This record gives sequence, structure tokens and C-alpha cells, in this order.
Amino acid sequence: MIEIDGLTKHYGRHTVVDDLSFRCESGEVLGFLGPNGAGKSTTMKMLTGFVAPSAGTASVCGHDIATDGLAARQKLGYLPEGAPCYAEMTPGSFLNFIADIRGLKGSDRKSRLDEVTDRLNLGPVLHQTIDTLSKGFKRRVGLAQAILHDPEVLILDEPTDGLDPNQKHEVRELIHSMAADKLIVISTHILEEVEAVCSRAIIIASGKILADDTPHNLAMQSRYHNAVRVSVGEGTPLEEVEATIKALESVDATETDQVHGRVTAIAVPGTAGTKAWHEISDLVNERSWNISGLELETGRLDEVFRQITQSGKA
Amino acid sequence: MNIIGALFRRELQSYFATPVAYVFIVIFLVLMGTFTFYLGGFYEQGQADLRAFFNFHPWLYLFLVPAISMRLWAEERKSGSVELLMTLPITPWQAVLGKFLAAWAFTGIALALTFPIWITVNYLGDPDNGTIFAAYVGSLLMAGGFLAIGSCLSAFTKNQVIAFVISIVACFGFLLSGFPMVLDVFSGWAPQVIVDAIASLSFLTHFSNISRGVIDFRDLIYFGLLTGTFLYANTIVLQWKQAD
Repeated sequence: MIEIDGLTKHYGRHTVVDDLSFRCESGEVLGFLGPNGAGKSTTMKMLTGFVAPSAGTASVCGHDIATDGLAARQKLGYLPEGAPCYAEMTPGSFLNFIADIRGLKGSDRKSRLDEVTDRLNLGPVLHQTIDTLSKGFKRRVGLAQAILHDPEVLILDEPTDGLDPNQKHEVRELIHSMAADKLIVISTHILEEVEAVCSRAIIIASGKILADDTPHNLAMQSRYHNAVRVSVGEGTPLEEVEATIKALESVDATETDQVHGRVTAIAVPGTAGTKAWHEISDLVNERSWNISGLELETGRLDEVFRQITQSGKA
Repeated sequence: MNIIGALFRRELQSYFATPVAYVFIVIFLVLMGTFTFYLGGFYEQGQADLRAFFNFHPWLYLFLVPAISMRLWAEERKSGSVELLMTLPITPWQAVLGKFLAAWAFTGIALALTFPIWITVNYLGDPDNGTIFAAYVGSLLMAGGFLAIGSCLSAFTKNQVIAFVISIVACFGFLLSGFPMVLDVFSGWAPQVIVDAIASLSFLTHFSNISRGVIDFRDLIYFGLLTGTFLYANTIVLQWKQAD
């Protein structure tokens, strides 16, 4: 569906995207992760034909973006960063304009327009100028525009940036519901989003791919993978809990959170998944500690992200 | 063709969705009237023609047409909507042409609304309506030339004020290229052929031919080529600058 080969972009002496290569297929939700300025947006702009690559090629559904850009752009829907729009138009007239450009006609046109209006709840604001809409509605208009022609490839640049938690949830639901028969590429720096919607995550920094795996596998690289978090209740000294847990064979190190009364035991790398958890829960029973929570962590993506993106810099 | 049509409709609607269109048309008509009756001495000439009216068109266009063209691309680039537009399945030519035609049609609407002056001159006397028609055609062609220049320059910048000012300067150069103040810059060092070529680029000479009622093929070709060249340059500038 999307093939990128050696894609590179220089601005002057500055290399923003550096020899990027990957491919992805229908049914995937690819999360493009990276710190600000990592080259996420530039890569997306090259994929959609807005920025010409300095070197390398990219193709969408077999259409090369440089030589067959028009056909490639017909196959994809794109939400640019910040969802720019024609502020003086109404969502209704704007979507009609997009339908004209996409060549939608007759009953198909009507059903597509009705569907996206319905799906993104644009009904109440259809005849209000976009200028007067809230940020959430503007973003929805941008999304509606991108999915109007039911594209095979959907590229969304920071689709939930600046939205409130409810709106973020709605956008993620939307992505979920469309994921089955499309390739969806989203860029984000919100890690919970990757865990929530993506089937694959590519971490880039300084224009290079640093990691390419499922969010689950990435989280497993975390030192907190299989870590056990003990929330200590009243009457049980935190110090005692920490010292005892630290002495366990399966525990590598501990971290204490004095404010919330928590001890996190980091499992020795390579030990069987829940060994530390079992040992600690036995210990809790044995000593009759007052515990309000005992959780097994799968790993912290934000920690992996920091580790990967910052070690690259050093 | 459908795509150019869609771009054209969207663009033209957006003029009328904001006060820009109404402000422009009112000022255009007021200035046209003022110039014709006060500076042009329409009544004093006592002739049943519209020369007093058309003589001021180049000078009014010099300021008013860049006011339309300045927003064509500078505004799109400033607001970021150019990214949306140029990632739709359209070619740069379609985008440039759709926008240009909308701006031209808008100017045409403003020009058509000067029809009361045509009624007036027909009421007062017995003018040569063929000449008047030719002059209207010439005026529209000239507006198209100004617009193409302005549209091309607007793609260079995100700042509408800069687009406005450089468009006025460029249009002024084209307007006066047959006159000493432009030719003197070149006549000292450039060969005569070039000086003649520059002199032949003047809007004023070509427009005054047409406004006298003489629709010469060469004048039509001149405006057609000029407009086409600048629109072509516009597509190149657009692709070069769109992502900056």
C-alpha cells in the first residue's frame, strides 16, 4: 500500500528526513512517533505530494508520488497538521467542494456526504461558518474531508492534538472503526494514543527510524516490563516493604514513591513473566502487610520512547 | 474541467462570503464615477463617448486589481489551506487557473456593474456602441493581465501586504514600459532591440488601441501571451514555494 524507499529531505544543510525506508499494508494502523522536529510531518508531506523529496521514492497503492502523483493523491485522504481549512466556508459547502474535486456523483455522493456528516456529528454546525466553530469541530471538518471519498490510505497528522479527552476518544473510535479495510498512518507524540489505536509503531528521531514494532513489543523493552507496583496502605512502613522486596531474588531494583505510598519492584531482566509478582504477593500474605493495590506492569512506552530517542542523540 | 469549475465556484463564493467583495465593488464603482465625472470631465467634453471613463481604467486597476490578487495565494499559504488544496488530486495548473478565473470573473462583475454609465451616455447622445463594447473587452483583458501578474507574485509570499505592494510596482512597470521613466533605465546600455521590446510591452499602448474601438489581433495576442506567461510562472512559483 505504502512503500517508502530511501526517502530524504534536506532544507539547506539541515537534513530533516534521512534515508527513510519502510512499507506498510492495508489493515494496519501505523503510528508515527517522534519528538517535535523529528521529521514526522515532513515525511507525511512528502507522502502526500506536498513537499518534493530531495532523494528517494515513495509510492501509494503502487503509484509513485513523483511521477504519478495525481493517481496517488486520488487514493489517499490527508488531514494536515492543525487541520487547515477555508474559514469563510460552512462545513456543508466545504464538503460539497471536496466532493466535487473527488468526482463524487449522484446517489454515491449523497450517501457519502450523509455518512461523514453523521459519523463526525457535523449535523448541528453544517451551515455555520467554519471560522466560528470550536477547535474540536474544526478538526472534525478536517477529518470529514479526509475520509469523504472512502480512501484506501488515510494519513492523519496529529489528529487529536489540542482536543479534549472526550474528543480524543471520539477520534480514536473513528480510527478503530475504519481500520479493518484501510491503511491508516497517524503521527503523534501522545504515547497513550499509540497504545490505544496503533497496530504498529515507528519511532523516528532526527529523520531516522529508531524502532519499528508493535506497541506491545516496544513496551516490553521497558525496564518496567513485568515490574510490580505495590500500593502500601496505612499502618505498614514503606521502608520495610521496600527493603524486603529488594532482597528478593527476582527483583533487580526498587523505586519508592513517597507521595502516593508506592513501591515499584523492577524485575530482573530475563526472569519468567510473573515470577516477581508471585513472590511479592506471597510476601504480602506472609507478612500481613496492609496493601491497597498490587499491579503487574506491561512496560512503559514513554520510558522506552525516551530511552530510544535520547540515546540516539548522545 | 470539472475540477477547474469546482475550484472556480469555491473561490468566487468565498469573495461573496466575506465583506471583501462588497467593499471592493462599492469602492470600484465610486472611484470610476468620480474619475469619469470630475477628473475626466465627462460632461465638459460634450461628446457622446466613454473615453473619459475608459482612460482611467489602467490607473484604477493599478491599485484595485492587486487588492484582489494579493490574497489569491498569500492567504492560502498563511492559513495553511494551501496544504489541503495541493494534496487534493488536482494539478498546479488547475489550481492556478481555477483561482485566476474566479478573480477575473469577479473583476468582470465589478466592471459590468458600471453599466449605468453606458445607459447615461446612450440617454444623452448617440455613441458608437461598438467602440464602447470593444473598450469593455479591452478593459477586461487588461484586468486579466494585471491579475495574472498579481497572482504570480502573490505565490511568492505569505504576507498579503508585501504581495500588494510588489504587485503594484510590477504592474506600474508594465503600465509605463512605453514611457521614458521606464525606458531610460534601459536605453543607456541595452541594445535598441531590447528597448523596443520593452516599449512594446506597455499596457497603455495596447489598451488605448482597443479602447479606440480597434480590436487588433496583435493586441489580443499581447494580452493573451502576457496572462498565459504569468500564470505559467505562477504554477512554477507555487510548486517551488508552497511548502515553505
